[in-house]
Parts: sequence; structure tokens; C-alpha cells
Amino acid sequence: MRRGSPALALSLAGLAAAVAFPLLATKVTWQNAAILMLMTAQLGVAWNILGGYAGQVSLGHAAFFGAGAYVSTLLSVKLGVSPWLGMVAGAVVAGGLGVLVGTPCFRLKGHYFAMATIAVGEIVQAVVNGSDALGGAVGFNLPLGETGFWGFVFNRSKLPYYYIALGLLLATVGVNWLVNRSHVGYYLRAIKDEPDAARSLGVSLTRYKMIAMILSAGLTAMGGTLYAQKELFIDPGSTLSTSLSIKIALVAILGGAGTLWGPVLGAVVLTAIEEATRIAFGGTGRGTDLVVYGALLVVIAVFQPSGIMGLFTRRAPRPALPPEPEARFP
Amino acid sequence: MSAPLLEVRGLTKRFGGLTANEDVGFTLQAGEIMGLIGPNGAGKTTVFNSLAGFFPPTSGTILLDGAAIEGLPPEAVAARGVARTFQIVRIFRSMTVLENVMVGAMLRHRAVPKAAVVARETLDFTGLARRAHDPAGQLTVAEQKRLELTRALATGPRLLLLDEVMAGLTASEVQEAVELVKRIRDRGIACVVVEHVMEGIMPIADRMVVLENGRKIAEGPPAAIAVDPGVIRAYLGEGYLAPGP
Repeated sequence: MRRGSPALALSLAGLAAAVAFPLLATKVTWQNAAILMLMTAQLGVAWNILGGYAGQVSLGHAAFFGAGAYVSTLLSVKLGVSPWLGMVAGAVVAGGLGVLVGTPCFRLKGHYFAMATIAVGEIVQAVVNGSDALGGAVGFNLPLGETGFWGFVFNRSKLPYYYIALGLLLATVGVNWLVNRSHVGYYLRAIKDEPDAARSLGVSLTRYKMIAMILSAGLTAMGGTLYAQKELFIDPGSTLSTSLSIKIALVAILGGAGTLWGPVLGAVVLTAIEEATRIAFGGTGRGTDLVVYGALLVVIAVFQPSGIMGLFTRRAPRPALPPEPEARFP
Repeated sequence: MSAPLLEVRGLTKRFGGLTANEDVGFTLQAGEIMGLIGPNGAGKTTVFNSLAGFFPPTSGTILLDGAAIEGLPPEAVAARGVARTFQIVRIFRSMTVLENVMVGAMLRHRAVPKAAVVARETLDFTGLARRAHDPAGQLTVAEQKRLELTRALATGPRLLLLDEVMAGLTASEVQEAVELVKRIRDRGIACVVVEHVMEGIMPIADRMVVLENGRKIAEGPPAAIAVDPGVIRAYLGEGYLAPGP
């Protein structure tokens, strides 16, 4: 990115707007929608490391989200551990789960990997549903014990949640940015484009896919802890469902998988659509979100495979003839 | 004679009932160019895939500087100094030309800025530098093949496996490719060249190995191979005349 480029200016303007938004829009419904948007964006950005850059499309990321939500909640409810530490623990557990999932599943290619991750998501959901120790299908209410920063519970205002969600999103974007700029980012894109060629250049597919998996799973889990602390209630339906997995992937794909800001854009658009359908159908619209996801997926697949970002960064059309006379060996 | 850079002994590869390579053996000195020729389906690319670690051989040994590398995965073989190109080009289409070569350079130089410098130098060497910032997919076929070669070269190999880098090129492009392979050899990098373009490989090869039906049927200097009755019957045909020395 060149110095003083429009992209940098745009990012700074966006950041300023994001910081100022809840101070200007003081209605709680607006703030809630904005928090939801930030949290959704963070999940999409986290998914993007694995699904976008490395091209390993996961449809089971709710398992990692749930790991974050459940680990921090269990530590907090049973042992009184601060949810901030729980967030770190959740990320570690999710990273470990990612290694467990990746070890067999990274042998699978394309659609088969995606299908395997659906199965993983379903298995985790079934296990939690059947386990009393994990709250079963009922889930957990988080105690309103210690409020304030260290307790990670804020009941006077939504603002702390907003800024924590914004901070987590920026940190996640930051991780993406660093990955993208390091040799890991180059390797991931090489793996996505041509895995055999990447191997012939010394790139270990399993090692680098695993790095992407651990980062992606860990960051997704941190989003799960934030969700648990904001809602103060978790159950398999809200934190482990397949529709959540699909939503996480859809956000990134809609905005533009493999781009830094695409998933953020996707989250803005998707959340807006969801809120609009909620207003239109009210509480009766249970399942309309799935209809919307499905419709969007069809539209993206048919008309715009590179997502919304693709509209802005469209490559120059390939010339019908070589643009220059034959290049010469010197 | 010093110890060979590459020594292949009894290389056999079977896919189920199909024998792609049977008891193939040859040696290669550092900085030597070896041509690997034979009719379609003779097993040339299978030899490449075994050398580069893409297929574990069914039996046989492959020694690189005296150390066995057969059965190692491709990334480990690459780290030991064997680089390859592909018969059907496999460039990274989402990247620019420079980025493609940087991925190769990162094998020895993890830091991105250093990899960029090495990639630049390698592009200068192969003559693709002025295309550095173009998307790789916009290159002509000849340029894409050269990009693959540049990318392989950027890994800092001791042995380069070139799979039909001259196929589909015009006569003048073949001449340029020939010059480039010679300059690569002059850097001390040994090359195994699979090629159907005889006027490309015959003048530069120190030695030729001819495969037919997975077996080695002849080995020797190009001039001898060109008049070998077995090779003419199996592959070259009566019309081919060896170029003068």
C-alpha cells in the first residue's frame, strides 16, 4: 500500500466513524445492531485466514466459537475465573481443537474438506447437547456477579461491549494484516492457487494450513467469549449451530474471501439485511435468516464469486493478445 | 571422477498393474545437463515425480550428494536443493510475477523484503524483470513457462528438473530457452531436461537418457544417441539428423 493511498485514508476514516458511532447514535437498538455487526465482522475476518487466504473452506467454525463461549463460561461459573483469562483459555482450547480437526481433514480437498468440517460442527453440537456437565441442551445463564472491566460484565451501558467488540475486530484484522505481509501469507495464497507447485517450492501444506487453522480457530473462540459475556446466556442453539457456521463463512465470502476488509464489508451488508428482515417479518420470521443466507450464496456463486470487494478491485481484463511483443531472453 | 550429484539406481514405479518405470538408473554430475527423452507414455514425467518426491518409488534408490531422498515429501526434497517445473504450468494466478518468484525465494529467505530482492535478481537473470508487477495470469504461455523456471531457480537449487519447458515455443523462443538453460548450467546448477523439442535439447545436453515403455533403452552423448538404431526406431524416426558438433 502506497503512502497516502486512498485505502489508508478510507481505513482511518472508517476507524474514526466506528469510534464515534455509539457516541452519536445513542439509541440502544442502534448500538446493539452495531455491536452485532462488529462481532459478525470479527468472525468473518477470523474465518478468512483459513477459508480465504488458505482456501480451506470451513463450515464448522461454530465449533470454535462455541469452544470460546463454553470454556470461558465454565471457568467463570465453576471456578470464578475472569472471563478475560477464559477468553485466552478458550482460544487455546479452540486452537487445540483446530489441530485435532485439521490433522485428518487437511488430507481432504475442496468440497470434501468443507463437508468434513460440517460433520465436526455437528459432532461438537451433539456432544454438548448430550452432556450434563456442559449444560446439555439447556445451556448456561452467566451470573451477574462481578461487573466492570475485570468481570467482563457491563449492565449500565452497551458502550463497553461496543468498544471491546471494536478492539477485538481491529486485533483480528491486525493478525490478518501481519499474516498477509509475512511469508506465511504468501505461502497460504500459494497453497490456495496451486498446492503441488507450492510443495515443489518447499512449502509444507500441513504445516501452513495448520498455522492458519490455529489462528483462525483461536480468534473465532475469542469472539465466542465476547458473545457469551454480552448475552450472559449460551446454549448449543446460539453458539454451536450449523447456521452460525454458515453465517461466519458467508460473511467472508459475501464481502470477498481472501481480502483484508472484505469480511467486514460482508458483515455490514449481511447484518443490515438481517435487521431489515427482522423488522419486516418480526418475531414470526424464524428461519428467514437461512432463506437469506441461501439466496445470497446463490447470488454470489452465480454473479460475483469474488464477493463485494471484487466489484472494486476488478482486475484489468485479460488482453486478447499479448500486451507486448515477445519477451526476449537477454 | 568426483562423486555424482545425483545417482538413481533401479528406480521402479508401479501404479497397480501398470509399470511406469522399470529399473531406471543414471547418474548426474554437478553442473551437467542431462536430456531425458522418449515417446509419450515412456515414463519421463514419472521419473521426475519420483525425483521431486511427488511419488514414492515402488523400489530403487535416489541419492542426492550421497544421501537417500526417495520417499521424502516434495517440500523436503525442495529443501535439499531439487527444484522442478511442471509440464502443464502451475503458476500462482492470484499473484504478480514478482510474488510468484518470491514464494520460491522464501525457501532460503523467509523475510519478505529479502525474498523480494532475491526474486528481482532472479527475474533479471531470466529476463522477465519488466513483467515483475504484472498479474501472472496475463503472461503469454512462453513467459509463464519462463516464470515457472524463474520461480524454481529462486529456491536456490543444486538440481533443476525441467519438464518440457520448450514445448509450444516458436523457433526463436526455443533458442532463447536454450541459452537460458546454458547460463543456468554455468552457475553450477545441474539440469535434467525432459523434452520433445530435439533441436532444443540435443545441442546443450552433455548426456542423453532415452526411455521407452518405462525402461532405459539408451544412454550416451547426443551425437551417439542421434544415430542409435534402437532410439531411431523407438522415438526419433528416420528423418532426424543430428546437428553438427
